[in-house]
Amino acid sequence: MLLFLAVALVSAGALAYEVRLTRLFSIVQWHHYAYMVISIALLGYGASGAFLALVGDGLRRHLGAAFAAGAALFAVSAVTSFAVAERLPFNALAVLWEPRQLLFLPILYTLFALPFFGAATCIGLALAAFPERVGRIYRYDLIGAAAGAIGLMLALFVLFPDTALRLVALLGLLAAALGISLRESGAIRKGRAAACSAAAIAACAALPPSWTALHLSEYKGLSQALLVPGAKVLAEDSSPLGLLTVVSSPTIPLRHAPGLSLYNATEPPAQLGVFTDGDGLTAITAFDGRREPLNYLDSTPTALPYHLLEKPEVLILGAGGGTDILLALLHGATTIDAVEINPQLVRLVAERFAAFAGHLYERPGVRVHVAEARSFVAGRRDRYDVIQIPLLDSFAAAAAGTHSLSESYVYTIEAFEQYLDHLRPGGYLAITRWLKLPPRDSLRLFATAVSALERRGIGEPGRHLALVRSWNTTTLLVKNGPLTGQDMAKIRRFADERAFDLAFLPGMAREEANQFNILDQPLFFDGAVALLGRERDEFLRDYKFDIAPTTDDRPYFFDFFKWRALPELLERRAIGGVALLDWGYLLLAATLVQAAALALVLILAPLLSLGRDRREPAAAGLARWRVALYFLAIGFAFLFIEIASIQRFVLFLGHPVYAIPVVLCGFLFFAGLGSGIAPKLTARLEALRARSPQSAPIRISAADRLFRCFVRVRYPPLALAIAGIGTAALLHLVVALPLFRWLMPLPGALKIAVSLVLIAPLAFFMGMPFPLALVRVAAARSALVPWAWGINGCASVLSAILAILLAMSLGFNAVVLIAIGLYVLAAVTLR
Amino acid sequence: MRWLRRGARRSDAWQGCRTSTPSHAIVARSWSALALGVFLALLVAARSLTAAAQADLAAERARMVATIEAHAKQASIALGRDSIAPEILKVVGDVPRHEFVPDRVRGDAYADRPLPIGYGQTVSQPFIVALMTDLLRVRPGDVVLEVGTGSGYQAAVLAHLARRVYTIEIVPALADSAAARLQRLGYGNVATRSGDGYYGWEEAEPFDGIIVTAAASQIPPPLIRQLKPGGRMVIPLGAPFALQHLVLVERNADDGRVTTKQLLPVSFVPLTSGSRQR
Repeated sequence: MLLFLAVALVSAGALAYEVRLTRLFSIVQWHHYAYMVISIALLGYGASGAFLALVGDGLRRHLGAAFAAGAALFAVSAVTSFAVAERLPFNALAVLWEPRQLLFLPILYTLFALPFFGAATCIGLALAAFPERVGRIYRYDLIGAAAGAIGLMLALFVLFPDTALRLVALLGLLAAALGISLRESGAIRKGRAAACSAAAIAACAALPPSWTALHLSEYKGLSQALLVPGAKVLAEDSSPLGLLTVVSSPTIPLRHAPGLSLYNATEPPAQLGVFTDGDGLTAITAFDGRREPLNYLDSTPTALPYHLLEKPEVLILGAGGGTDILLALLHGATTIDAVEINPQLVRLVAERFAAFAGHLYERPGVRVHVAEARSFVAGRRDRYDVIQIPLLDSFAAAAAGTHSLSESYVYTIEAFEQYLDHLRPGGYLAITRWLKLPPRDSLRLFATAVSALERRGIGEPGRHLALVRSWNTTTLLVKNGPLTGQDMAKIRRFADERAFDLAFLPGMAREEANQFNILDQPLFFDGAVALLGRERDEFLRDYKFDIAPTTDDRPYFFDFFKWRALPELLERRAIGGVALLDWGYLLLAATLVQAAALALVLILAPLLSLGRDRREPAAAGLARWRVALYFLAIGFAFLFIEIASIQRFVLFLGHPVYAIPVVLCGFLFFAGLGSGIAPKLTARLEALRARSPQSAPIRISAADRLFRCFVRVRYPPLALAIAGIGTAALLHLVVALPLFRWLMPLPGALKIAVSLVLIAPLAFFMGMPFPLALVRVAAARSALVPWAWGINGCASVLSAILAILLAMSLGFNAVVLIAIGLYVLAAVTLR
Repeated sequence: MRWLRRGARRSDAWQGCRTSTPSHAIVARSWSALALGVFLALLVAARSLTAAAQADLAAERARMVATIEAHAKQASIALGRDSIAPEILKVVGDVPRHEFVPDRVRGDAYADRPLPIGYGQTVSQPFIVALMTDLLRVRPGDVVLEVGTGSGYQAAVLAHLARRVYTIEIVPALADSAAARLQRLGYGNVATRSGDGYYGWEEAEPFDGIIVTAAASQIPPPLIRQLKPGGRMVIPLGAPFALQHLVLVERNADDGRVTTKQLLPVSFVPLTSGSRQR
C-alpha cells in the first residue's frame, strides 16, 4: 500500500537528513557541532508528540492534507533551515569573548528541529489514523529509517553533500505527493500521486544551487588558503570520510613543514595542499626523483628515528599527502607500509597527482594500504623498525581545541601496546604532535607510553623513552628495548644540529632541557620526570589539565579539561589565556543546559496543561510519579547504551561514518523486532502463569522453562526484558573489546555483520520496556500516555549529550553500567 | 562738476545698486546670513559633538590602557619586566583603534578582545598588541618589519615608536585597505606591500625587529637572515580568537646564535599550589 511507502519515504528522509547534517556541520563549522545533531533531531520528534497530543484529533480528520503538510514542512525546512543557519552570523570561535554568541544556539536548535518535527508529525499521524495497522506502519517506519541512513551513506560516496540535500528534500516531497493523494480509506489516487510526484522531482531539480551551497567558515584553513593570490582548487572529492579539496598555490607556495629547524636554509619544493573538510592541511610534495629538494625534510623533527637506524622497514600510520613517505625514502628505508584511511586521498596521490608526487606509491618498497590504523596493525604479522605517526591535524585546530570532543583510538594505551608488539627489537615508535603550552598532548603521550611499557612488564620505562622539542612541535620516541649510550649520543647530535631541545632523555640533566627554545620552566622535562617517578599519581591529580593516558574505554585524547581549573582559566581567559581552556567540553555542557530548558518548554509544558484538562481519578498502583520516573529512566538508559555502542563500534569499524549508521540501523531494526514481540511475550507469560506449576504439561520447551523463572515476578515480561538487557549489556562490557581486538583484521563487510550480530540481542530486549509499560499505562490511565511519550522524548534529548559528557570523565563502560542501573530502577518503579 | 558730482552720485547710485543693499537684497542677504549662521552653528555644534565623541573615544582608549596595565601585571614572565613600557601605553592610548576595525564592530573597538576584520583575519586584543610591541623593544631609530598587516593597527602602533615600519599582507584586499587607511591617517613612515612575506623586505633589511602575525608552520629562514644581530622577532601562535602563546626569536648580538623563547601571555603555573609546595 502506498501509505506505507509514504511513511517509509518520510522516515528515510529524516534519517538521511540527520546523517547529512552531521557531515555538513563538520565541513562548514567545527567538528563537535556534529554531536548536537542527534539531540536536536530528537527534540523535533519529542515536540511533535506533544503537538499531536494537543491537536491530533483535528488533524486526523484531514489526514491526507495534514500528512502532506508535515512531509512538505520536512522537505522545505530541510533545505531552508540549513540555508538560514549558514547565513546566521554565528561565530563559534568568538564565544569566549562574546558570550552572547551562545544565544544563537537555541535558534539553531529550533531551525533544525523543524524538519524532524515535520517528519515525526507525519509518522505520528499515520500511526494514530490507522490503529489497526500500527504494526505495519511501525515496521515501514523502521525500514525507511534504516534505508535512509545507509542509503545516504552510500550516496555520499558518489554525491557531494549539497546534492545529497536535494535528494533528502525529494524524499519528503514525494511523501507529500502521496499524502495529498490519500483517500480517507488509506487508498491513493494514483493519477494525482503521479502528477504531484513529477512536480516534486521538478521542484528539487529546479532548486537554485545557492540554496544548498556550502558556505565554509572564513576561519577554516581552506578559506584562508584560497585568499592567497593565485591559489585555486585543482580537485574536489567527497566521501562520508570527508570532503577533500586540493589547492595549488603557485604564486605564494605553501611551504608546509611543521617543526622545521631554524637552521634550515632550503625552501621546500612546490606543494599541493589537501584539506579534509576544509581543514587539516596535508601536503603533496613535488618529487622528481632528486633528493636535494627534499633535504629540508631532514631538518624536521620527524626525521629523528631515521638517524638511529640503518635501512629500516617502516610503517607510517596516516600517510596523508605522502610527505612522510618521502622522508623515509630520503633516509633509505627498504620497505614502507603507508596506511591511510581515506581511499580518495590515496587515489589523489596515486593517480590524479601521481606525476606531481613522483609516482610515490609505485616506488620500489612502497606499499600503500587503505585501512584504519588500529585495524591494520591488528591484522599484521610483520614487525617494523620504525612505526611513525605523523602530524596530520592543523595547528589551529589543536590550539582551538576543536577536536576535544572527538575520540581517537590511535593514541590509547591499548594502541601503544599494539604498536610495541609490532616493533622489532630495537625498533622505534615515533609520534609527533604540535607543541602546546603548558604541555598537554606531549605529556599525555609520554604517560601513555609509560603505562603501555609497564603493562608489558618493563621495570624502568624511562630507559625506553625520549622526547624532543622543536620551536612548535614535540616528538616522542619509544624504543622496543632500552636506549643505548650510542642512541642517546645520536639523539643529542640530531637535536643539537637542528636547534631542537631535549625534553627528556634517560639520565639527562635538567639544565640540558632548555638550550634553544627556552621556556620559563622546563615544563616538559619536569613533567616527564614526574610521570616516571613515584609521584606520578600525585602529579596527574595536581596538574591543571587532564593528561592521564587515554584508553579504548575513554578515548578522548584531545580533551584536557578539568572542572577544578575552570575558575582560574576563566579568570585568565582575557589575559591571553584563551587557548588554555578546552571549550569544546564546556560548549557541550552549555548545550546540555540549554537543551534541558528547551525540552521542558517544548515537550513538558503542553503535556502538563493537557494533563490538567483531563484529570482522571488516580488508578491503583500507577501514580504519576512512577510513570514519570519509569519513562525518564528508560529514555536515558536507551540512548546511553546506544551512544556507548556507537563509540565502541567506532574502534571496531574504524570510523564514526561507518559506526553511526550500522549501530543506528542495528538498534532501529532489532529494537523494532523486540517491541513487536513484546505483546506476544506478555500473552505467553500470562498463559504460563495461569497454569499452576503442579499441573505443568509434560512437554515444556527450554524457553518456557526460562520464562517460568519470571512468572513469579509481579510483572514478568518487564522483568524478563530488563534481565535480558542487563545480561546482554554486561556481556558486551566483558566480551566486546577482546573480541574486537581478535576480529579487527576482518574485512569491512564481515565486521559490519559481526557488529549487527552483537547488537541484535541487546537491542531486541531494549525495544521491550517502552511498549510493555505503555500498554499498561494505556490500560490504567490513558491520559498519561502522551505525557509518558513526552517524558521519554525529553530524556532522549538530554541523554545523548549527557552520555558523551559522562564518557569523557568516566568512560563508556561506566555509561553502560549507569544505563543498566537505570533499567533496574525503572523495573523497580513499575513493579 | 555738479553733473560730475551727480554723475558721480549717479555713478555712486549705480555703484550703490551694485554695492549698497536694497531691501529685497537685504532680505536675501539676511536669509543667506541666517543660513550661514545656521550652517555655522551646525558646524560648531557638529564640531563640539565631534569633540565630545573624540573625548568619548579618548576616554574609551584610557580605559583600554588601564585594562592593558592591569593585565600586564600578570604577564611579568612574558614581558621580562613588571610592566609594559610607558611610551607603548601612551601610543596605544593615542592610536585611533576604531579606525582599524570594520563598521559593524566599531562599537567594540576599544573592548578587551580581538575583533574580526573580515577574510578570516582578526585584529589582536589590545593587551596582546601592547605585549608584542613591548617584546620587540623598539627604539626610536629602529626599522621594523611586519608580516601580516591585517587592518594596519599593529603597524600604526609601531609607527609611533620606530623610525620606519615595513609591512606585508598576503590578502590583496586587506593590503589595499590597510595601505589607504594608514595613508589617510597620516602614517608617512609606514611602507606597505601586498604579497609573500616569506622573503621579507630585502631592500630594507636588516631589521631591528620583526613581527610575524601570519600563521606559519615554519619560521621563514630569510626573515631570520634579515634580523639584525641583537634583533628580536615576535610570532603569535594559535587559532583565530584563541592565541596560544608567543614565540620570541632572538639573534644573539655576539655569536649570531638563534634561540627562541616560548611565552605564555599570562603567568600560569600548571600545577596546583599544593603540589608545588611539596
